Amino acid sequence: KKRLLRKRFSHYYSEDGAVDWRQLPEEILLQIFQYLPLLDRAFASQVCRGWNQTFHMPELWRCFEFELNQHASSYLKATHPDLIKQIIKRHSNHLQYVSFKVDSSTESAEAACDILSQLVNCSLKTLGLISTARPSFMELPKSHFISALTVVFVNSKSLSSLKIDDTPVDDPSLKVLVANNSDTLKLLKMSSCPHVSPAGILCVADQCHGLRELALNYHLLSDELLLALSSERHVHLEHLRIDVVSENPGQQFHSIKKSSWDAMVRHSPKFNLVMYFFLYEDEFGPFFRDEVPVTHLYFGSSVSKEVLGRVGLTCPRLVELVVCANGLRPLDEELIRIAERCRQLSAIGLGECEVSCSAFVEFVKMCGGRLTQLSIMEEVLVPDNKYGPDDIHWEVSKHLGRVWFPDMMPTW
Amino acid sequence: MNGKCDSVNMAPNSIHWFRKGLRLHDNPALQEAVRGADTVRCVYFLDPWFAGSSNLGVNRWRFLLQCLDDLDSNLRKLNSRLFVIRGQPANVFPRLFKEWKISRLTFEYDSEPFGKERDAAIKKLAMEAGVEVIVKISHTLYNLDKIIELNGGQPPLTYKRFQTLISRMDPPEMPVETLSNTIMGSCVTPVSEDHGDKYGVPSLEELGFDIEGLPSAVWPGGETEALTRIERHLERKAWVANFERPRMNANSLLASPTGLSPYLRFGCLSCHLFYFKLTDLYRKVKKTSTPPLSLYGQLLWREFFYTAATNNPRFDKMEGNPICVRIPWDKNPEALAKWAEAKTGFPWIDAIMTQLRQEGWIHHLARHAVACFLTRGDLWISWEEGHEGVFEELLLDADWSVNAGSWMWLSCSSFFQQFFHCYCPVGFGRRTDPNGDFIRRYLPILRGFPAKYIYDPWNAPDSVQAAAKCIIGVHYPKPMVNHAEASRLNIERMKQIYQQLSRYRGLGLLASVPSTHNGNGNGMAYSPGEQQSGTNTPGEFHFFFSLYLKLQTNKAYQLFYFLKCFKKG
Repeated sequence: KKRLLRKRFSHYYSEDGAVDWRQLPEEILLQIFQYLPLLDRAFASQVCRGWNQTFHMPELWRCFEFELNQHASSYLKATHPDLIKQIIKRHSNHLQYVSFKVDSSTESAEAACDILSQLVNCSLKTLGLISTARPSFMELPKSHFISALTVVFVNSKSLSSLKIDDTPVDDPSLKVLVANNSDTLKLLKMSSCPHVSPAGILCVADQCHGLRELALNYHLLSDELLLALSSERHVHLEHLRIDVVSENPGQQFHSIKKSSWDAMVRHSPKFNLVMYFFLYEDEFGPFFRDEVPVTHLYFGSSVSKEVLGRVGLTCPRLVELVVCANGLRPLDEELIRIAERCRQLSAIGLGECEVSCSAFVEFVKMCGGRLTQLSIMEEVLVPDNKYGPDDIHWEVSKHLGRVWFPDMMPTW
Repeated sequence: MNGKCDSVNMAPNSIHWFRKGLRLHDNPALQEAVRGADTVRCVYFLDPWFAGSSNLGVNRWRFLLQCLDDLDSNLRKLNSRLFVIRGQPANVFPRLFKEWKISRLTFEYDSEPFGKERDAAIKKLAMEAGVEVIVKISHTLYNLDKIIELNGGQPPLTYKRFQTLISRMDPPEMPVETLSNTIMGSCVTPVSEDHGDKYGVPSLEELGFDIEGLPSAVWPGGETEALTRIERHLERKAWVANFERPRMNANSLLASPTGLSPYLRFGCLSCHLFYFKLTDLYRKVKKTSTPPLSLYGQLLWREFFYTAATNNPRFDKMEGNPICVRIPWDKNPEALAKWAEAKTGFPWIDAIMTQLRQEGWIHHLARHAVACFLTRGDLWISWEEGHEGVFEELLLDADWSVNAGSWMWLSCSSFFQQFFHCYCPVGFGRRTDPNGDFIRRYLPILRGFPAKYIYDPWNAPDSVQAAAKCIIGVHYPKPMVNHAEASRLNIERMKQIYQQLSRYRGLGLLASVPSTHNGNGNGMAYSPGEQQSGTNTPGEFHFFFSLYLKLQTNKAYQLFYFLKCFKKG
């Protein structure tokens, strides 16, 4: 068998029987290069002309992540400016999946826009603008950012994934996006884009019938939007992520009709609704009054006992519930109700809350093995006459069917 | 290693080298110095001598000097003295070995990487000078290397795993007797007339500190104080509902006369003594023989971080630290300064930082609050900044291992922490101390605000601010961030970072953090220190760091190996 293989690959061997790496076919070299990080690949490309040629093959330049950091604002290294120049010069028309990671300096955001404006020959499928620290894209003059972004929108014509959270994108630029990419757009993440209005996002939903994933802030959500996403021509939605963020205390939020949510569920029965709340305790008025198809719910600030009670009543599709803080009254009844009514619940996280040990054991008993994630801070569990702090974890482990301990914080 | 002995007189001249372990009780290394020795001299090296030039850390220096004073006065009762020496040990020891004809050097084992390096160099020096070196473990409850050995050569990275390991080990050793005249025996300390000038404990002024207007120490240093406190601490514990976890209330935030952490750090209080007194008391009160591990919480957390740090010289860094996640923290000196100087505009945060600066101690939940605020909660600034320039200088009980470890924990940079629970700079304080007395005590400018607004005074109507004689933005800063927006942003970032590490593709927040169900920290689901800076990102519906590429690199080597096989065939 070895002799057969040797015969087949005989032209790889030089006279003295050593493997001749120069004779490796380009396809194999390409495969190998694809697995190497860029730096290693660049070293390899210096070995000989053949390898250098392979280094510049289009297949190796489909994906790129531009890291734009300034020494004064970040601990991370940046993509070398010469490399950036090279890429734009030789490979901009090969690029398909591109992301920009920028730090908190305006220079980095500007550099990103600079590169974007030069991607004229690009037909991008994926574009991501990611701020790793403070959202520096917001510091740029809006028009500067918009014109750079529209270069991509207009030239790509086949954008499938777009991630533009925390940017000054606006309604007109979304129109340009839609005009050129409505057939291909599948994913759009645009949380915290303050210049976009509900009408702007509605335009996207109306025209981009292939949209499967959408992330935005609550103020952009409307009944019309949900209906547009549930229209016959629209594909099934997979994920909808909504951030509900308080700008000022006592802010009034609009409510969404139950019929709109019902339409969504009818159209896309398996869709996931992820909602993150960052509100003051007294701003929850319009929420959790009617049934809402939320699957993943996170309260990033303190939420009242009363609201958690309403969650139990209105969220039958709930899969994950995470509560940062509640207040210091036990959530016994609320948790039991959630165990009863949210039969899909498989993950729960409790931070600064209180639950009596007995109620917690009851909760776990009712949920049983379906709880795959149970992240409870140690201080949450209040000992009572049935269970103390040192034996609660045995009870819970019993009902879960695996060893479980609460999360701990160091006694610093 | 035998000492070079005078052929006439076999009894050695010893030096006991104090670094931490500033006590005469439970000090096995000190006992070894004295055992059968002719003379013993206890030394402490002070360097830099001019620590006071920046006036930073005045509380810490004062505490240390008080510890040294206390040692000196206790040694006097045994006809001995403390020798405070200027300079670096490596430079000075050779001279001392000659001058005092030393043949034995003793010191308490220092488990920290810097300490081990320093001690290795000194051991070498000593060996060259024919000096016998005796090292004893007494700063930690256990031999940390044994814990690591039991865990397969790696320190446990979850507290649960750590507890499991130590429960399998022999209990900590009993504290040894306090140094006494009996134990000293015929061993003496030659003290010269000018000892005070040459080797006396300096004052703060001599070190260059400006002490005008310095309030008296809330935490007086020294072994004597430590031993008084531990009795008080135990009395209180027995009195407080049978060892139950004390409920956090407004009073807990204030410095307590039973607080022990600075004394443990400097070694004025032996952790073995504390351990055994706790055990004793528990058995007496509960009439059972096996106390739960939670009884020793404070000591065991300390032990946990010491164990995690001992073999990791980069434990206090993000870069090059195999257990630290590389998080793209922001570099923002102005924001950092506001936090450090108690000018964030959030009274809860500012009051805590003020207490820290004035007194040198803050409650551990207060530490959580300010650490979270600086890092993953609000400012997104590196934990290294909080650890190095601020806590290390200001916090009396901040030793390297515990401080760095706690910062990593609180910033969710290590130890498999869930990051969803964020401490709100308004709400958390309000729930702890609803009346706001803590704020009023440390930020007198806000005294006039009613409890309703004292945690978020910027929301108070103008009339209330005017009545309080404190206009926000004028007399007290406006809040430096919008907490809701900051937390939204930061949670999202933490989630993305962790999802890349755990290669989790789903929507859950909790599942993003890789878990170790058996808590053993071995066979970790990820190697946080090995993230590379992303250079090529495959495009999909999600965006990844090049941990994906790292996986692929292994495949490349497999391919190379496969091709190499032809040669052998």
